[in-house]
Parts: sequence; structure tokens; C-alpha cells
Amino acid sequence: MATQLGDQGAPGQELGGGGVGAPLAAIYAGGRAGRPGSKGEERAAYLFLAPWIAGFVFFLLIPLGWAVWLSMTDEQLLRPGQFIGLENYARAFTDDPSFYKALQVTLTWIVIAVPLFLISGLAVALLLNQKMPGMGFFRTVLYVPAVLSGVAIAVLWFTLLNSDLGAVNQFLRGIGIEDPPNWFQDPDFALWGVAIMGMWGVGTNAIIYLAGLQNIPPDLYEAAGMDGAGAWQKFRHITLPLLSPTMFFLFIGELTAALVIIGPVIVISGAGGAAGPADSLLFYMLLLYRRGFVEGQMGYAAALAWILTVIGLALVWLTFKLERRFVFYQA
Amino acid sequence: MTPSARTPDRESVILRLTSRRALHVAFVYACLLALTAFIVLPLGWMLTAALKPDNVPVFTFPPQWFPTKYFNLGTFVDALTQPNEPYARFALNSLLLASLNIVGAVLSNSLIAYAFARLNFRGKNLLFAIVLATMLLPAPVLLIPQFLLFFNIGWYGTVDGFPAGYLPLIVPAFTGNPFFIFLLRQYMRTIPKDLDEAARIDGAGFWTIYWRIILPLTIPALVVVGVFTFLGVWNDFFGPLLYLDDPNWFTVPLALAREVTTVGTEWNIVMAATLVAMLPPLIVYAFSQNKLMGGIASVGIRG
Repeated sequence: MATQLGDQGAPGQELGGGGVGAPLAAIYAGGRAGRPGSKGEERAAYLFLAPWIAGFVFFLLIPLGWAVWLSMTDEQLLRPGQFIGLENYARAFTDDPSFYKALQVTLTWIVIAVPLFLISGLAVALLLNQKMPGMGFFRTVLYVPAVLSGVAIAVLWFTLLNSDLGAVNQFLRGIGIEDPPNWFQDPDFALWGVAIMGMWGVGTNAIIYLAGLQNIPPDLYEAAGMDGAGAWQKFRHITLPLLSPTMFFLFIGELTAALVIIGPVIVISGAGGAAGPADSLLFYMLLLYRRGFVEGQMGYAAALAWILTVIGLALVWLTFKLERRFVFYQA
Repeated sequence: MTPSARTPDRESVILRLTSRRALHVAFVYACLLALTAFIVLPLGWMLTAALKPDNVPVFTFPPQWFPTKYFNLGTFVDALTQPNEPYARFALNSLLLASLNIVGAVLSNSLIAYAFARLNFRGKNLLFAIVLATMLLPAPVLLIPQFLLFFNIGWYGTVDGFPAGYLPLIVPAFTGNPFFIFLLRQYMRTIPKDLDEAARIDGAGFWTIYWRIILPLTIPALVVVGVFTFLGVWNDFFGPLLYLDDPNWFTVPLALAREVTTVGTEWNIVMAATLVAMLPPLIVYAFSQNKLMGGIASVGIRG
């Protein structure tokens, strides 16, 4: 576990811009082990920390160790498991056809969702960053979906996107589109339905981008303007590089969120874990839920979780590798 | 270079610039209005549907985005009181969970943050690094063993009428959350140390300093913690889905998800229930949006 923390923590200090990276950077920059206090102060400190220590041990450390063990057993919900080595892992790759389907759906979703949510968030933030009256109002309205219940949002959008009666398709027919997509009833469009639902929350990323945009010193734009730079050149050579740390932070966030998406689908498919037409919405976490909680194969589900984690770590590691080339940090 | 020769030229330049500026302004507002419509119209459709009485079709052509002639508040009464899906009961369950979580989050995170912000002890930086590193722990891996842990100690479902399944949804809040610990520690570090030292000279212990001085001064940040905790618990679906089995103890999202998968659903009532699920977060948001925005920008908590 120590190496895992190190692997994730060390690059984190380069994040700088905000989010998890900033605190980690502070720690690494500080480097000191912490000054010892008086005896009473030490004892008081550990008393104050007691709730965290208890939670760390019982809700994190023990479950984490147990997760390793579980993934190598045939544990069922009401029956303790026997050690079976790496059989669960082998089963995922060789004997569970849904495994590859789930991987394919999740990776397709990453390819759709990450660029879509990153670019739309930036576009909206650029709009909100204009110095015009009324921006506070628009900012407030656009952030509204972020505070709402995911279940309520899913129920609303599954209703709106109903292929026959839904308001969206009625609207599309009204403006002359004879044959609008069947969204969640069509395996080719189901993921796009989830994407539209996600776009409703564009305000979250926009607000984070906006904070980044407002940190860019205005005199840079003035100087560039005096040198004759146009709007596109200012965007390309000032905004984008100075915003790249924010973008990097959001990229990691969207990537990890896309990997573990389950919410909107499980709501509509019900606790039984159905996954849209032709399993078109069989996200990896939905498969894990189905195997673990619907079918009770806890050991196998634990192995599925570790496989997902390794994939996630590999993707994040790759992102950090590419970071040097695409992310610009102010001195 | 006579003035008469220059004036029209400059005027046309200014005219061109102002018309370009006007075009730019119009473009920005048009985009923002379209976006606002994208956010607001679905909510309007939902409200319209919820305000219709049972015998009026919810799905219409063309769609109705704003309330029509129907203002049947009875749909909400039905949603809140219908015998098999009483959303008033579910809302109270959700509120109970949210309140206990807020108490737990405010207490535990402020205690932990106080130690990191104010006390000296060996291993402080290492422990703080571990706190922050737990933000990066992969949630899917913890899902199964945490569930089995709670399940095996009986914190599941309903035991003799007591909702034992509430314990896994409450107790972890009393052990702190890395985002909140970080947020509060940063905030506490801005409180002048002179205050602590003056109190110590007067003989106050660490607990008194925490309770009497630091905690009251940290209230603005504690409000942010409270709001995020409320939103998180009120909107949580997966936790209640795993641990609750008795519909009497369901939370609003869990009940809503169950109702839409039931055959023969009445959509005006579902939309009213959806509004019931959305209303408390909207009210909290309306009162706290400035503080919330600051919190999002500073620690990158995402909605």
C-alpha cells in the first residue's frame, strides 16, 4: 500500500492548481516530520485524532486488506469462502462473457464522456467569464443540477427521453425531425442518452474552470493585445496554457468518474441490475453490482473491483506521463 | 490629413468596432439563454406534469414546458401521503439521516482538523499525508469488504423494528472525511495563534481552546461542511440501496427509484415526488450558493 500511495502522491505535487494536488504538494514541500509537542499536547492530539484513526483502521485499512483476501476466495453472501487462488481473476478474463461487454461499454463511455464534459465545461466557463451584466445569475442557474439528487435527475431524463412520448422527441418531431433517436430503447443511442443527462451538469466543471480563468492575470491579455494578438491567439497562447493545470485536474476527475459510473442506470434498471437494450448500458460497476449484490458472489465481485482499480491506476499513470507534454505550470 | 478627411474614417472604425462588440455581446447572451433553457425547461416540464390532476395526460404533443391551466397541488399531497409510497415518511427518514450525518461531520472533522492545524505531535505530517492519500483510495475496492463488514456485525436491514441498516449510513460520518479535514484545517490556520496563546495563559486546556475559541470562529467553514454533507446524504442512493430492506425506512431517492420501476406508474405523482426530492437541495443551495462556490473552487469538491 505504501508504494501505491507514493506512486499517486508524488506526481500529485505537480498539480499545483487546485484539488487534491495542492494539499499533497504542501506536504511534500514541507517535508518535516512535525515538531514534537509536550507530553500533554501529544496525548491531546491523539485524542482529537481518535475518530479519524478509528475510521481509518476499521473502515479503510481492514476492508482494504480483506478485499485482497476476498478476491482470492469463493465467498458468497451467507457462506464464508475457501481460498481458490487466482481463479476469480482467471474467470473474469476467460469465463465471463459479460466482463468484456462491460469493459467495452465503460471504455466507450470514457471516450464519449471525458472529452464531451471537458470541452463543454470550458466553453460554458468562457461564456461566463465575459464581463457583462447578469453573469452571476447564469452561473447560479447553470450550477443548479449539481446539487440535485442523481436519482431525481435520472428519473426526470428517462421520462424526457422516452422514445414515443418523451418531451424531447415530441419537441424534435415538432421541429420536423420525423424519426428521432429512440435513446434508451436503442442500443446505439443509450450511451448518448446518459451523455445528455451528464451534460445537464455542465455547470460543475464550468465553475471549476471559471475559478482557473479568473486566476489568469489580466495584464497578460493587455500585453498580448498591444502586440496585436487576436482573440484566437490570446486563447491559444495565454488561456489554454494557463488553464492546463485546471484541465488536467478535471481530466483526472472525469476519467475516474467515468470508470466507476453506475448511478443513472441502476436507478432505472432497478435493483436487479438490468442494463438497457442488448446490455448497451452494462457499465463495469453495474456488472460488479450484479455479480456481488444480486447474485451474491462476493469473492468474484472483489476480484472485479481490483481489476477495475488496476485499469484505473494504469490510465491515471498514463495521464501523468503525458502531463509534462501538455500541462504548463507558472513559475 | 485634414480633419474632414479623418473623421469619417475614424467613425467607420468605431462603428465597425461597436457593431463587432454588439455582435459579440449578442452571441454570448444567446448562448447563455439557450443553456439556461436547457437547464430550466426540463424542470418546467416536471413542474407542469406534477401540477396536473390524475385524469389529464402528462405526455403531450407538443410538450408543455411551463405550467398550463392546471394547478393541482393535490398531486403533491398524494405523493406525500399515498399509503404504499408515503414520501412524507421517506423525507423524514432522509432528514433524520442527514441531521445525524451533519452532527457527525461537523464534530469529527473539526476535532481532527484542530489537531492538524494547532497541535504539535510526532508523525503529524505523515498522518496528514495519509489523510489526504485516502482521497485517492479506489472506492470500488472498498465496496464489497465494507458491505460484508457491516453485514456480518448485523448493521444491515431492520432488526426488531430498529433500522440497523442506518448505522453504516451514519457511523462513518463520525470518523471524518479527508476533503472536510483539509478544508477546515486550511480555515483554522487563518485564525490568529495569539488567541490560543492568550487562552493558555489564562489556564485553558486544549479542549477549552477548541470548544470555546476555534470552533465558534470556524463556523463559516463548518456551514460549508454541513451543506455538502446534507447534499451528499439527501442525494445518496447507493448506500441506502445496499443497506436498507424495509420500505418503511427507505430514503427519498431509494423510494423514487423503486416507484419508477413499478408497473402502472402514475407519472404526475412520480414527477411530484421527483420535485419533493429536488426541493430541499434547491432551498439549501439558494441560501448558501456563494459559500458553496468558494468551497468547490478551493478543494475541488465536485457536485
